[in-house]
Amino acid sequence: MEPILQIKNLTHTYGIGTPFQRSAVEDMSFDVREGEFLGIIGHTGSGKSTLIQHLNGLLKPTGGQVLLAGKDIWAEPKKIRDVRFRVGLVFQYPEYQLFEETVYKDIAFGPTNQGKTGDELDRCVREAARLVGIRDDQMEKSPFELSGGQKRRVALAGVLAMEPEVLILDEPTAGLDPAGRENLMANIRDFHRNRRTTVILVSHSMDEIAQNVDRILVLKGAHILMSGAPAEVFARADELITAGLDVPQVTRIAMALKARGVDIDPAVYTVAELERQLLALRKGGAAC
Amino acid sequence: MSTMIETKELRFTYPADEGGQPVYALRGVDLEIEKGSFVVVLGHNGSGKSTLAKTFNAVLLPAGGKVYVEGMDTLDESLLLAIRQRVGMVFQNPDNQIVANVVEEDVAFAPENLGVPTEEIRRKVDGALAAVGMSEFVTHAPHLLSGGQKQRIAIAGVIAMEPDCIVLDEATAMLDPIGRQEVLSTVHRLNREKGITVVLITHHMNEAEEADRVIVMDDGKVVMDGPPREVFTRVDDLRAIGLTTPDTVDLLDRLRKDGWDVPLDALTVDECAAAIAKAVAGN
Amino acid sequence: MLKDITLGQYFPGTTLAHKLDPRTKILLVVLYIIALFCAKGLLTYAIMALCLAVCVRISKVGLKALVRGLKPVLFIILFTGILNLFFTPGDRYILEWGFLRISDTGLRNAVFMVVRIMLLIMGTFLMTYTTSPISLTDGLERLLNGLKRFRVPVHELAMMMSIALRFIPTLIEETDKIMSAQKARGADFESGNIVQKAKALIPILVPLFISAFRRADELATAMECRCYHGGEGRTKLHVLQYQHRDWVALGAGTVITAGVIVLGRFGL
Repeated sequence: MEPILQIKNLTHTYGIGTPFQRSAVEDMSFDVREGEFLGIIGHTGSGKSTLIQHLNGLLKPTGGQVLLAGKDIWAEPKKIRDVRFRVGLVFQYPEYQLFEETVYKDIAFGPTNQGKTGDELDRCVREAARLVGIRDDQMEKSPFELSGGQKRRVALAGVLAMEPEVLILDEPTAGLDPAGRENLMANIRDFHRNRRTTVILVSHSMDEIAQNVDRILVLKGAHILMSGAPAEVFARADELITAGLDVPQVTRIAMALKARGVDIDPAVYTVAELERQLLALRKGGAAC
Repeated sequence: MSTMIETKELRFTYPADEGGQPVYALRGVDLEIEKGSFVVVLGHNGSGKSTLAKTFNAVLLPAGGKVYVEGMDTLDESLLLAIRQRVGMVFQNPDNQIVANVVEEDVAFAPENLGVPTEEIRRKVDGALAAVGMSEFVTHAPHLLSGGQKQRIAIAGVIAMEPDCIVLDEATAMLDPIGRQEVLSTVHRLNREKGITVVLITHHMNEAEEADRVIVMDDGKVVMDGPPREVFTRVDDLRAIGLTTPDTVDLLDRLRKDGWDVPLDALTVDECAAAIAKAVAGN
Repeated sequence: MLKDITLGQYFPGTTLAHKLDPRTKILLVVLYIIALFCAKGLLTYAIMALCLAVCVRISKVGLKALVRGLKPVLFIILFTGILNLFFTPGDRYILEWGFLRISDTGLRNAVFMVVRIMLLIMGTFLMTYTTSPISLTDGLERLLNGLKRFRVPVHELAMMMSIALRFIPTLIEETDKIMSAQKARGADFESGNIVQKAKALIPILVPLFISAFRRADELATAMECRCYHGGEGRTKLHVLQYQHRDWVALGAGTVITAGVIVLGRFGL
């Protein structure tokens, strides 16, 4: 099957011809498969934000291409808006973009721009609200009366309501408390599972990435440092640490165990998996 | 040791919005924070932890009960400046607490307000910037710095008042892991080297690992209070109020439930690995 | 587009132009403006242009940056130029085309007017380019200090101005962010007539205002926490002090201005 997104030799250079010239993304190539849950991790300044803004045509590459379902998104620059409807992007702290009088109207902003009306519009808005856990009685409230976490959900619904084929989330849980983070991620996981929509999650938190995604892309200094399934990436935990990136706490425990001579695969990244391995080890040990 | 901040029967209520209910943010908090200690206040959003922090330097005044800063009642208006000079506050959003266009001017803001003579301001500014490791940025424009650097400037701005206590009100919430680490190591160093009392409000459990004391807030009350080892091993209680435990404790807790003989209070990765390795070898 | 705005920008440096006391620079700009409006003929304009050229040279600010500053006001310059060109009555008409007539005085006025505005803007910009906003407000506050006696809230105004300057880059960045976020939801800022374009701004302006209020609120609290209580009893990290060079610069400025005024009287 053809990948939904193909990024080919993507380069973005700011301030060409000035002393401040600097490439935020340099010669990056990768594919995003339809229906996959991809995680992107990297520091501030690794090129994450610049990269994702190319995927929905908010930025135009200074070199290379972005293909959506096999077609260059800049083939017809006039139709770039359609790309933005198909690739939904939720920015960091999206609650700061709310502006309408009611929650309902704010969620309806995207789909209305798409040209949806009447029953179809209503269905999109209500389904999106339900997906993120906004209750019906909250729909006529002003979004500014809601709590911080709820505002963020409304903003997320505003993008979901456009029913994009690819959903990109930039640090969706930043600033939330542990329960809020877990709830929001659960909503996103459900959405991904039920709709089979492709989801790209950008995060600083290795733990959050490890627990949710099928594949991880590690960025460093405008380049791709690694890419692969979580177990493959965490098997190279040493390199991640050298690159100044975080490694899940569980992986660090496993590494420390390995260093102490306990025979364990250090590429684990969930507590349950490490527990399983330790139990198996003990059973095996007892049998000897 | 003497007391830095003391609260007695502290209550605070946010007035009701139109047609809404008033919010009882603090419902009787009794605390004593010792001078020179490093205290972390944990709690989920809406638990009252931020409200509590804001009563420590009279940004919010008690609706019931009292707050004493080194014995000074925060309700006494004539002591306001003295209290704020003793207890400095660093807030969540680094952009919204930097006043000036140049780093040194910003750090000088508090001493200028306090009417410190010019030569002495210079000394305090240089000292404060050195204390947070930002000396080389004296004449930089703050808006071009990273989040972690901005927060260190904000801390320097507070240090320039030579306070006895710094309260960080979710000051790490908007930072990336590197920025968070920068801020944490800065305040730990200030606590260690200058003996400044630190009160760190956060919902990141792992920021509490090295604290002297952890206070857990829920629904406007203190529900747990003790050294990190004691608080974090109360796995089920923490979960019940929407907080998580560090993965180390989580793993040890599971293994204990599987019948392993491991301690629960091996908080750090190294301690945890050592405890498990011992249990595996002992088998 | 927002990044083109150069007003309030500051190019750090250590030249004489940077080192002058901000009060001196403000006074010099005032003298410069007075002189510009008294200039009447080729000679006086030439003197003014020469003065500016010398200052630009001293400051080491590239002429390019100065010219770029003219871009946002290009329309106003052209407009005044054209207005003067076509609508000044005169004795002799150089060109007549339908109702459009260009008189000799019109041509002269238009050229001088355009030169005057350009010199005016470049001169003021040279000051902002070489003076950090903070010392500029500091200078203003000190110059206007006498007005405190008439209950003019000088300190408060200066504080507001410096905070406004501090937040310009933050708010520009924020505007860019909100625009991108709304574009990601299909907002269209480019097409449509003027009413539609104005309406399209609502999704940017509402969040921007809300955020500005939130920032103001938080900043006020943060300032209070750092013991801010108005201008009373405040001291300064940098205290302004006139140096020899300031007196020399002011002296030269006064002499040139006086000279231009006299020459202007003779229509030169």
